[in-house]
Amino acid sequence: MSESSVSAAETPPVPHPLDEAAVEQAVTAALEAFEAADDLEQLKAARLAHTGDRAPIVLANRQIKDLEKDQKKQAGKLLGAARGRIQKALAARTEVLEAEHAERMLAEETVDVTAAPRRRSLGARHPISRLQEKVSDVFTAMGWEIAEGPELESEWFNFDALNFDPDHPAREMQDTFFVEPAEAHLVLRTHTSPVQIRSLLTRKLPVYVLAPGKVFRTDELDATHTPVFHQFEGLAVDKGLTMADLKGTLEHFARAMFGPEAAIRLRPSFFPFTEPSAEMDVWHPHAKGGPQWVEWGGCGMVHPNVLAAAGIKDPEYTGFAFGMGVERTLMFRNEVPDMRDMIEGDIRFSAQFGMEV
Amino acid sequence: MRIPLSWIREYTQFPADGTPEDLMAALVRVGLEEEDVHRPSDEISGPIVVGEVLEKVPEPQSNGKTINWCQVRVVPEGAQQQLSGDGISADGVQGVVCGAHNFEVGDKVVVTLPGAVLPGNFRISARKTYGHLSAGMIASAKELGLGEDHSGILVLGELGLDPEPGDDALELLGLTDSAAEINVTPDRGYAFSIRGVAREYSHATGTEFTDPASQVQIAEATSAGHEVILDDDAPIYGTPGCDSFVARTVTGINPAAPTPPWMAARLRLAGMRPISLPVDISNYVMWELGQPLHFYDADKLQGPIRVRRAAAGEQLTTLDEKQRTLNPEDLVIADDRGAIGLAGVMGGAATEVDAETSTVLIESAHFDPISIGRTRRRHKLPSEASKRNERGVDPLLAAVAAQRAVDLLVELAGGTDTGAITSAGEPVLPEPITLDQQRAERLTGGPYGAQQVTESLIAVGCAVEALETGELSVTPPSWRPDLTIAEDLVEEIARLVGYDQIPSRLPVAPAGRGLTQDQQRRRTVLSGLAAAGYTEVLSYPFYSEEANQLFGRGSDEQPLDMVRLANPIASQYPTLRTSLLPGLLDALRRNVSRGFGDLALFESGSVFLPGQGLGSTEIPGLGAHPGDAVLEDLQAGIPDQPLHIAAALCGREPAATVGQPGRARDWADAVEAARTVAHLLNVDLEIAQGQHQAFHPGRTAQLMVAGRPVGCAGELHPKVVQAQDLPERTSAMELDLGAVMQAAASQVTASAISTFPPTTQDVALIVAESVTAAELERTLAEGAGGLLEHIELFDVYSGQGIEQGQKSMAYALRFRAADRTLTVEEASEAREAAVALAAQRHGAVQRS
Repeated sequence: MSESSVSAAETPPVPHPLDEAAVEQAVTAALEAFEAADDLEQLKAARLAHTGDRAPIVLANRQIKDLEKDQKKQAGKLLGAARGRIQKALAARTEVLEAEHAERMLAEETVDVTAAPRRRSLGARHPISRLQEKVSDVFTAMGWEIAEGPELESEWFNFDALNFDPDHPAREMQDTFFVEPAEAHLVLRTHTSPVQIRSLLTRKLPVYVLAPGKVFRTDELDATHTPVFHQFEGLAVDKGLTMADLKGTLEHFARAMFGPEAAIRLRPSFFPFTEPSAEMDVWHPHAKGGPQWVEWGGCGMVHPNVLAAAGIKDPEYTGFAFGMGVERTLMFRNEVPDMRDMIEGDIRFSAQFGMEV
Repeated sequence: MRIPLSWIREYTQFPADGTPEDLMAALVRVGLEEEDVHRPSDEISGPIVVGEVLEKVPEPQSNGKTINWCQVRVVPEGAQQQLSGDGISADGVQGVVCGAHNFEVGDKVVVTLPGAVLPGNFRISARKTYGHLSAGMIASAKELGLGEDHSGILVLGELGLDPEPGDDALELLGLTDSAAEINVTPDRGYAFSIRGVAREYSHATGTEFTDPASQVQIAEATSAGHEVILDDDAPIYGTPGCDSFVARTVTGINPAAPTPPWMAARLRLAGMRPISLPVDISNYVMWELGQPLHFYDADKLQGPIRVRRAAAGEQLTTLDEKQRTLNPEDLVIADDRGAIGLAGVMGGAATEVDAETSTVLIESAHFDPISIGRTRRRHKLPSEASKRNERGVDPLLAAVAAQRAVDLLVELAGGTDTGAITSAGEPVLPEPITLDQQRAERLTGGPYGAQQVTESLIAVGCAVEALETGELSVTPPSWRPDLTIAEDLVEEIARLVGYDQIPSRLPVAPAGRGLTQDQQRRRTVLSGLAAAGYTEVLSYPFYSEEANQLFGRGSDEQPLDMVRLANPIASQYPTLRTSLLPGLLDALRRNVSRGFGDLALFESGSVFLPGQGLGSTEIPGLGAHPGDAVLEDLQAGIPDQPLHIAAALCGREPAATVGQPGRARDWADAVEAARTVAHLLNVDLEIAQGQHQAFHPGRTAQLMVAGRPVGCAGELHPKVVQAQDLPERTSAMELDLGAVMQAAASQVTASAISTFPPTTQDVALIVAESVTAAELERTLAEGAGGLLEHIELFDVYSGQGIEQGQKSMAYALRFRAADRTLTVEEASEAREAAVALAAQRHGAVQRS
């Protein structure tokens, strides 16, 4: 350590270890220097000046060893207290300045959180598939199971087993897609009803199943028709089931889909695979344009010929069946104005539903 | 089926002020669905009155035309005009300019007075024309919406009318009537008549009904009629094509007799164009009673009428002037020259009633619906007659309808009934049905008393007889061939009492098992992909052959086997999809064209793979279990329809925005999509270098599960991208989702989680370019053994320091033991073992 490195003017006098006034002065100088420091940089300089190797109080402390033995204790006490005060002040100031520094840093890091960029693209489910899941959930909650069958189907399952006579006009009204060659008797299923037969053939009685799925008719695509669409088909065969059970089931379903005020109305109709048959209307309390009856689907008591085709001979067993269009349901439930929106795959259509329907 | 209200009022209590909407509201309760309303008064409104031409002064014009300046009295003689309005003269005589000449002074005509509106929103007002103030118009039939005749004005005398001047012409011409249109379900042929609908109206309202058939008095035959021979040598399912045939002859028809306006008006409202009086009468009777009739010009008939099956190749020119080659299954009406009509479908041109006809032979017959339906389909000849005959006509109607037609021909056409009646064959009537009285209640849940059951059945026309067993013997009425089993009768009872009377009860199903594991897995995958940023689409499965070939890996040498439709919706898309990708790429392209460039789409659905033995030639009949062997055969003929899932990607991920350029999606995103599906199902997906003609030859991954190929992923071939106008570097993947799901464990067996610290060691290996990351990784993992917890490729390098054709691949190996802290020596040993196996298998050398 060379004397020349520190100029005379900047070097504060080193107090004598027993000079209380001088020590006090050095302490005051240190405290004032700490207080004067505006940031951690300045405080660091002040710390070096007042607690570093060449700080007056440190140098004074070093002189203790040269004192008389009886004076050593007094000086040690004096300087110890002084150094304690300096350290304490330093710590206090450090804390203040560090807090200020941290605050400033955080302020500087402020961003416009509203400009958060998307880190990942967002996807969406198609509401037609979600609606099928939602309907399935209503029925599984009642103990029903979800049944499936092939989309490309044997004519027997699609028609004959369902009591559609090959010569009956009803068969023609189904606008069927036939597979080549005609002798193969394969069709794209025109309804989800063949799953009725499949379920009855493969399951043990009683049977309570819902069959959602894709169906096909030779309709040209327009705002209300599409050659490929979806249905859900319900079938229950058990001892002593009646049209009252059908009505109760449909009412429960309607309320699950359209709210507690929804209701069901049945009108006589004709389907080859049910007798008696009915068209069903649903009272849609939240329909666009006010609460109203909306045509929802067809239903009825399973025709004896259908039970016979499935080999059910016990007359105790009766059943009911119903079917609705998923697209149609989505159209009036979610106010989809145009069927084409559902089939074109425009991402905006699915995006507005997100993961729900 | 359209029902003019004036018509149904004749046979029911339908109120005079009732509207078509009222009628439909009543009918829907008994199962006749509302369809439409037809109301001429929406199009035409008065004052439109009868006028008498007082003066007709021809005035030649400079343009070469001659107009008539007419004075027309539009009030009764001596009366004052009660109407008022701009242009209506108080003395009841209107001055009208008329361009037509087909009328004389004294004729009664239709005058549209100022203020009237004609179809096409044509408003009548007094206007200056040809030097006169023409205050109204003398109307033609076309202007009134009564037909196409615009050759002159409508002279009421020619329609057989002689009304008073000032009479409401709209009323006179039936233009104030309106019609309800209902939808008739295919089982209810009888509802294709005023008779049937009127009966249904009475069921719906409980009001009185008069059967129009009961109003007809059938004359006794005074002589044998035209000979008719029922000669069906090939009945379908044993049912003769025609079981009864009534023929009547009316002579002295006045061919010029007009169709009365009331009849023409009803026919128009019913949707039929009035043609000529005889034709209109046959249509009128059909509409009223439901019995299709055919009229022959009796003078054109050659010999007896024979109802038989057509001869192979037999020719017939039908009324629509088309020559048709007949099928031996077609039932025809023939005379000595051959076929003169397709029975119950359409008559022939050779014996057509025309403007010269004076003697008419009326055919009123009952045909087998199946035979009629097949002929109609074969010849694509839907007609009002075939519609009814196919659905079943009341077999007892033939004689009634024939009589009604005779009566109308006599009354309106000046004809004479010869008294000659032919009645060939015997109508077949419905069989009685045994009904357990409790059946209705047991099937519908509604409480029906014995009286309600019997009364309802009698109301629909059944004959009900109590049997000793306590059951009922119910014979359906002749017009209800659709009632064949007890359940049919139950529907009638429920329908008449009202479906709204059926109570409601929620049945309790046995405890269910919820969704099957595969159903749950499918949901997990679909929702998982959507949550991972993909948008689900649903596209059509109809493809061009080329699209299927390309994506289904077909080639010219080995064309792809695909399912073809006999009647595709569009001829260019005749096949069913074997891959989901073409449809998905269509959706992708559509989105791009709508301004979206950053896309990740997915779809899940069936594809159709024909195997051996497409379909089954024999289809079992109705109402019986076909037996297990037949069922197995049917099932075997149904092509495989595996469930696939596919994704297509383009653009950037995420979309470029401020401070975030995004990353261009590429082949790896397609692989990642497949990995995501596998991850969602907790299945190990193996990835190998692959080939697919639609994909980039160097950027295609073959995807496998347990060594079995399940799909592929990668960048589409640039040629495909270009040819299909897709965004650059479009990438895609497709998986056999069913196969992947099958590989998923039904439940996971958990491993203990070690809490001891890991030891990580890196290794860099130099291998040939052809060695893939997946291969090397598998080898290292195998060589490292059970202590290896994780392996990660962190660097691939080729270039300076590495020989040509070689590359360096660096892996981080993380080791951990279940029961202790590993020593460095243990980890190194495992690493060395891994390196040694890599050296042995791939000639790998450790990079120093």
